[in-house]
Amino acid sequence: MFEIVILTLDSTVRLSTPLLLACLAGLYSERSGVVDIGLEGKMLGAAFGAGAVAYLTGNAWIGLLAGMAVSIGLSLIHGFASITNRGNQIVSGVAINFLAAGLTALLGQTWFRQGGRTPSLPEGGRFRDIILPYAEELRDVPVIGGLYSELLSGHNILVYAAFLAVPLTWWVLFRTRFGLRLRAVGENPAAVDTAGISVTWLRYRAVIACGALCGVAGAYLSIAQSSGFIKDMTAGKGFIALAALIFAKWKPANAMFACLLFGFLDAVAIRMQGQKLPGIGEIPVQFFQALPYILTVILLAGFIGKAIPPKAAGIPYLKERS
Amino acid sequence: MSAGQLPRWVDYGLIPFLNLAAAFLVSGLVVVLIGENPLDAVQLLVWGSVGYGEGIGFTLFYATNFIFTGLAVAVAFHAGLFNIGGEGQAYIGGLGVAFACLALDQIVPWYITLPFAIIGSSLMGAAWAFIPAWLQATRGSHVVITTIMFNFIASSLMVYLLNNALKKPGSMQPETRTFEAGGRLPFLNDIFPSFGFGYAPVNLSLFVALAACVLVWVLIWRTKLGFEIRSFGANATAAVYAGISPVRTIVITMLISGGLAGMMAINEIMGSQHRLLIDFVTGYGFVGIAVALMGRAHPVGIVLASILFGMLYQGGAELSFEMPNITRDMIIVIQGLVILFAGALEHMFRPAIVKLFTPSRALAAKEA
Amino acid sequence: MSDTPAIELRKINKRFGPVHANKDIDLVVKKGSIHGIIGENGAGKSTLMSILYGFYQADEGDILVDGKKVTISDSKAAIGLGIGMVHQHFMLVDNFSVLENVVLGAEDSALLSGGINRARTELKRLEDEYELRVDPDALIQDLPVGLQQRVEILKALYRSAEVLILDEPTGVLTPPEADHLFKILEVLKNEGKTVLLITHKLREIMAATDTVSVMRRGEMVATRETASTSMEELAELMVGRSVLLRVDKKPAQPKAPVMEVENLTVTDSRGVQVVKDVSFIVCAGEIVGIAGVSGNGQSELLETLAGIRRATRGTLKINGETIDLGTSTLDAADMRAKSMGHVPEDRHRMGLINSFSEYENSILGYHRDPAYSRGVLMDLAAIKKNAVAEIEKYDIRPPNPMLKTANFSGGNQQKIVLAREIERDPEVLLVGQPTRGVDIGAIEFIHRRIVEMRDAGKGILLVSVELDEIRALSDRVLVMFDGKIVGERGSDADEGELGLLMAGVEDNNKMAVEGGAR
Repeated sequence: MFEIVILTLDSTVRLSTPLLLACLAGLYSERSGVVDIGLEGKMLGAAFGAGAVAYLTGNAWIGLLAGMAVSIGLSLIHGFASITNRGNQIVSGVAINFLAAGLTALLGQTWFRQGGRTPSLPEGGRFRDIILPYAEELRDVPVIGGLYSELLSGHNILVYAAFLAVPLTWWVLFRTRFGLRLRAVGENPAAVDTAGISVTWLRYRAVIACGALCGVAGAYLSIAQSSGFIKDMTAGKGFIALAALIFAKWKPANAMFACLLFGFLDAVAIRMQGQKLPGIGEIPVQFFQALPYILTVILLAGFIGKAIPPKAAGIPYLKERS
Repeated sequence: MSAGQLPRWVDYGLIPFLNLAAAFLVSGLVVVLIGENPLDAVQLLVWGSVGYGEGIGFTLFYATNFIFTGLAVAVAFHAGLFNIGGEGQAYIGGLGVAFACLALDQIVPWYITLPFAIIGSSLMGAAWAFIPAWLQATRGSHVVITTIMFNFIASSLMVYLLNNALKKPGSMQPETRTFEAGGRLPFLNDIFPSFGFGYAPVNLSLFVALAACVLVWVLIWRTKLGFEIRSFGANATAAVYAGISPVRTIVITMLISGGLAGMMAINEIMGSQHRLLIDFVTGYGFVGIAVALMGRAHPVGIVLASILFGMLYQGGAELSFEMPNITRDMIIVIQGLVILFAGALEHMFRPAIVKLFTPSRALAAKEA
Repeated sequence: MSDTPAIELRKINKRFGPVHANKDIDLVVKKGSIHGIIGENGAGKSTLMSILYGFYQADEGDILVDGKKVTISDSKAAIGLGIGMVHQHFMLVDNFSVLENVVLGAEDSALLSGGINRARTELKRLEDEYELRVDPDALIQDLPVGLQQRVEILKALYRSAEVLILDEPTGVLTPPEADHLFKILEVLKNEGKTVLLITHKLREIMAATDTVSVMRRGEMVATRETASTSMEELAELMVGRSVLLRVDKKPAQPKAPVMEVENLTVTDSRGVQVVKDVSFIVCAGEIVGIAGVSGNGQSELLETLAGIRRATRGTLKINGETIDLGTSTLDAADMRAKSMGHVPEDRHRMGLINSFSEYENSILGYHRDPAYSRGVLMDLAAIKKNAVAEIEKYDIRPPNPMLKTANFSGGNQQKIVLAREIERDPEVLLVGQPTRGVDIGAIEFIHRRIVEMRDAGKGILLVSVELDEIRALSDRVLVMFDGKIVGERGSDADEGELGLLMAGVEDNNKMAVEGGAR
């Protein structure tokens, strides 16, 4: 039983990593007042970029950088539309999701001719699991062995990076000048403008940060969790991350717990498939798949606390003509 | 800014045209990137979509879907609401069509089933829009987010229902039994053989869609309810001052929107597939956003935009057949670009055009 | 005090499209003085100050700070030149602490802690020096407006501002808060700072400034030493003519009450009581004016009676029918059905939908009236016919019912609203700020219409922050202060006396009033 718990938690960590990275990415963007429903598309684009480049170079790190570059590129399109041109941020996000879905499949087929996949990665093209010191030695120690050797050890570097990004994001947001301004511009851009700070440049930096983190999330899917890009491999993870962001009320530590919860639901769904629970019977796997969305709707309805987005989120900044 | 006064033909003609041109120009660049000749591609695409009877038939078939989902988005736009949940509402709308057809197809002819299918699909679509609408109206939960969530919930629900409750006994396929004649709309090819639509699945739902266009036009611009919807969308405070209930307006508008999206299922399920199956919506709901944006939320514009997207779908399929390098994913790229340029970047060319149209007048004013 | 002016503006011009907001403005502001700039709404005061603060760039003209010609390309440049500004709408982040707001944009380094600590010490010093007390760790959203404004001043001082611009600072303040503000400005002046005070209120200019400049329609028309001018002169300069607002009207002949309000209490969304136990009556054939400083509950009173806002308690008798406002769910449409018309205070936000055509706006709120509909459809022919008739009767220009109301001038927009509400011939008409942002010609027309309506035997409740307008139109004047009706006077009420009541000074005739109001 203990082993099952550990194994479930272990896959929870793996499944929540891309959610967490994308969720923190969205946090930077939305805290600055730029709503981003294009997380899904950016992740997908990054997964493709990372998969393709890691295959061509045989180097996971270059693949990661490529993935981040693709994602930042898409972020800049979103920024150009929603910051510079003051366009509708929802529409722009939808466009980016379409663009990424279409381009990754199209270019994948043109370049690799494997039905939209990228070829399987060579050795070195994929981030390997890291065995922490003494993990092997401690494996047989009761409880500690399970916790340390199975749960903590044996993940790839991006998993650790994702969880380190949580305190880092908190620190950036609440302990640095950039974070103060970022939070301010999402609440009252006019206050930032009159304080002599460029709203445009600040928001661009926020969407670039968003792009970078989303890039890591995408790269995790194609060159860490699996060995290559598969068409539509994000499969709605970007939207779950968005749900998690709302669920977390746009706060870093909450984001981690929300993503762990949603990752856990996913892990449980996989484990429970075809198994009957005593007294309840078989719970359909679709129920677990829908649960993150249902929970988010319930939260949005304000029945369990209220999710209040940054005040200026979604509103393009325009100097008022007085 | 009020300084951007432009002639109507510029606002409704030139600017949308430029946006569209930009989208297609970038699409052409993508084709070049793939290593094909974009002009050849355009030729193939146009010929494949309108060059022969069967192609036209397919174009109109796809256009029928887009008219429904485009109208759905447009009606919500008029109330200032962004219904991004057409995808899920159309999917659930399929249930309504399937219930009507499964219950009636062996007893009555199709024209008796059709009204029930229309009622069923619009009721189910509206029902799926109801909770997001209610939450927006009474608790302020943003309808964009809740409708996205409901798309995913719809997807899980349908997979569950088709795998468990609705599956044909003894079959492994997650789909219902195939409808008998009473659950199938006539193909237009059978009604108008002279058009030569061939095997194209374009069917009577096209006329249902066009009727919906007329009704939506009447609703928005000729009824008191439409006046209230537009008032609320343009200035919610003034609407309250005028005694227009926000809760009622939001809920009714979203129900109409969801109902229209649900009716898309008539075309797919009763008109073409003749059975309820997994993932029959495949993005048509999202394309409705592009259609509504391009059509400026006006039924005439929506019909035109739907035909354009129908051409892309059908022509794109032909194109991928003739130029295997250009897969059908190209259509998705073009859609993305159209949404980007006609939607999110709609104001990109505006300042330049305003400049183009004002200097003569400004100079005249200065001299005078 | 040096002779070099702190600020000098030369031939400043600014256009917004067809609007010439600032025309050849010259201005000299002496160092260490409090310099007032006065003008009506829309005279171009805020635009000029926004140019000085780098929020907009002037199309032409020079700015000199301390005698040196400068370019102020953004607010950062202005701050660098020692210019600080307290905006009419505060530029504060509501969910930030006072400290965070103060350091925003002046954080010293990439890490916050250093800047925050310096700000804490500095705030303490400023507190001692200028008596500007405020809890540095309080969240802005928990502070009353007066203290929020203090934070804005502290923000400017923290950035070592030598010149402080205050844009309509008293609009949101109660009279005692305003007096306190003027004391603070005096202290700042004594410390050698220069203050620019933007307002449209004559009393404040007289009370607080050393020098005053008058703006009218985008132009600087005069500069005077405050000590050597008078309110009358300034008022005349502001509007360009003698401002004795006179409306020809016969004495009122009030008949039976048409509207009786009893014990009305209204609480706003923050849970603050904004209307407190208000009772009054309006009779047929009289105009009852409600005077008061903006934000003392008049707007909420009007909106509640119109069915837009919910009351916590109170009853309304209209045309003999009694409504319990505490429990009623009547909306604006229901109130219209009870023969109550409503000209709202803000026509852009509420009275009109500016993207709609004139004819559509001419039935806004009356679109369900059978006269304009056939079944579920609107009767466009009837609607347009009515619109054309109203355009003619009210001399609305241009006379084109198809034109969007955004393209009409303020006066004509107001006439569209007035025509819509008056022509339905309601027994009771609620009117808020009927002439705000309206040109002189239209003001007289609008006033005449309102009086005509009274003479036709209707009851009118008028809310205006312009005391002159209240005195010119009203047959009885009620004064609101802090959500309460604090006094009642006749049409011949003395201006000074009303002013005292509006400022919350205890009313000597209180007992008498209580009896009279019931």
